[in-house]
Amino acid sequence: MTDYPFLMELWAARGAILNGLGLTVAVSLLAIVLGSILGLFVGIGLTYGGGMVRFALRCYTELIRGTPVFVLILACFYILPVTGIQTTAFQAGLIGLLLFCGSHVGEIVRGALQAIPRGQSEAGKAIGLSFSQNFVYVLMPQALRQILPTWVNAATEIVKASTLLSVIGVTELLLATQQVISRTFIGMPFYLFAGAIYFAINFAIEQLGRYAERKVSLP
Amino acid sequence: MTHPEASVATTAAAPALLRIQDLHKAFQTVEVLKGVDVTLARGDVVTIIGSSGSGKTTLLRCVNLLEEFQRGRIEIDGQAIGYREQGGRRVPCTGAEVARHRALTGMAFQQFNLFPHLTALRNVTLGLIKVRKLARDEAVAIAEKWLDRVGMLERRNHYPGQLSGGQQQRVAIARAVAMTPRLMLFDEVTSALDPELVNEVLSVVQGLAQDGMTMLLVTHEMRFAYEVSDRIIFMNQGRIEEEGPPADLFNQPKSLRLKEFLKTIKI
Amino acid sequence: MTYHFDFAVVWRHENLLLSGLGLGLVLALVSILIGCIIGLAAAFGVLSRHRIFRIIATVYVTTIRNTPILVLILLTYFALPELGLRLGKIQSFIITLSVYAGAYLTEVFRAGLVAIPRGLREAGLAIGLTEGQIRRSVIIPVMIRNVLPSLGNNFISLFKDTSLAAAIAVPELTFYARKINVESFRVIETWMVASLMYVVACLIISTALRFVERRLAIIR
Repeated sequence: MTDYPFLMELWAARGAILNGLGLTVAVSLLAIVLGSILGLFVGIGLTYGGGMVRFALRCYTELIRGTPVFVLILACFYILPVTGIQTTAFQAGLIGLLLFCGSHVGEIVRGALQAIPRGQSEAGKAIGLSFSQNFVYVLMPQALRQILPTWVNAATEIVKASTLLSVIGVTELLLATQQVISRTFIGMPFYLFAGAIYFAINFAIEQLGRYAERKVSLP
Repeated sequence: MTHPEASVATTAAAPALLRIQDLHKAFQTVEVLKGVDVTLARGDVVTIIGSSGSGKTTLLRCVNLLEEFQRGRIEIDGQAIGYREQGGRRVPCTGAEVARHRALTGMAFQQFNLFPHLTALRNVTLGLIKVRKLARDEAVAIAEKWLDRVGMLERRNHYPGQLSGGQQQRVAIARAVAMTPRLMLFDEVTSALDPELVNEVLSVVQGLAQDGMTMLLVTHEMRFAYEVSDRIIFMNQGRIEEEGPPADLFNQPKSLRLKEFLKTIKI
Repeated sequence: MTYHFDFAVVWRHENLLLSGLGLGLVLALVSILIGCIIGLAAAFGVLSRHRIFRIIATVYVTTIRNTPILVLILLTYFALPELGLRLGKIQSFIITLSVYAGAYLTEVFRAGLVAIPRGLREAGLAIGLTEGQIRRSVIIPVMIRNVLPSLGNNFISLFKDTSLAAAIAVPELTFYARKINVESFRVIETWMVASLMYVVACLIISTALRFVERRLAIIR
């Protein structure tokens, strides 16, 4: 009956843990959505931009991708207030995560766009499509199919990276769990429980991604 | 060379090096070999011809135990390989036994299958060192002898990726014969080659035949088969349709199938 | 607001920062070596004929890959002692990172093994090598060379993951950066220096790896 106290404590702490889960989902979702939009523009800029634009975006992606996410989040948390931008820990963490997401998605988008045969965009031009029409109707639909699997992967990475916000004091799922642990002195079951929830979220995202992949796959 | 088993198992007739009896082989439900009998005496050069899907490559692969077979018996020097009788039941031999049986035969493949991470020389020495347990120097000496024989000594330190298809195939043949097999199997060794590279490989095979090596070949090079073989076997739909000296088979085919087959190919 | 940059205050601790960087590299190196052994075993497990091995290996890979590494680090360091297994910070972190690396390397090795042409195994069999000898002398050496680029990428991301060791106070680069940040108040400089050190280290590693790859690559 060793599990009994754990289940009791879990029930007692359900509010705190659910709040933490809510924050984890919120910050992950925001980071993925905003980061993907950022990444889309970064990818387009890297592919079609002029020399200066490309250089600037390269610096951004290389710098972010060479830095550990943890350092990125700590840097956002400590640096932003000094530069006069007042942010909560949640906002600082979100910015760190979305910068991270943006650089990765940017690379994914660039790779996918460059993998489309040149003939496709020429064919689009030949029937009189403008650059944006060509992009929206010809190139992006093809790129999206290629992007999907890696993008899903990036999404699960963001969910996992959201745990790092616990270190800057955002009471997301991991910190909420740790607070319960420090109160109850029951470590192992709670850590396993938190791990299982993250696993469930990521597993669901992966399955959803597989489903979407099947849906959009070309014959 | 006499083997204890050989005197027991083989009966009166001339001692056969390879004896295949009533070989049956099926992939799931598809029967590929439907009772094949082949006998090779020492020094025989026998070529199997036939259209694709006739089972000729499968037959070769069975002899080297790269395929399991469900019924029948394959003997080399009177010793049954791959399976043994145990209490009236047919049981597969252990991995170590199978490895020993395989070492009795050498095989050259259509796709060469050289080890891409080893030089030509080390492709040949690998088996000598690991299987024959020779010392490194000894293995190198044997390997160099055979590489010289196939005209590849100068390129012994090249990697497969640096060699042409014909050169790779010659190294692959050297790798097989260096193990001093009693029987060499050649499985369409020129099929993956560009036409201009075919002859360099065929002349190596021909040289080995002239040295008296026993071999069983599958090839689409009919002129070569005609010149090099003591006997030709024509296979059709998993059975041997016709067998005999090349002159008979190519010039006076008896079966309708063989006549049709010879018409479809250019000699 | 104006901010006067003063990198000297941060760089005064160069020995700390560099030793932290070095420790991170060592942690990543040891972990990838152990991870390679785990990953190789698990890759053969995933491809095994036996259902039980396939299930064990697949469960291991899926579980670890979908769990945040910070949770694994904390679990190993804080919760394992509850079961009577008391480990030092560094040992505990290396175990976590190795197990974590192993799950990712399993997929790398599996793909590498699947990509090896069947004919290589048959050529080995034909000259009388046993399955074990073929695995050691042919399959694994060819596979390792083919997967070197992904091994390199995995090493770089493991090196970045060593920053998380700071969460259990392992004195690596991020740990010292936080310390200097708090002590010197040179916030921007500290994090710029730390970040750049990671970026430059990654660049040097990837350049070095490309050199090694070229040396070891199979000539085609």
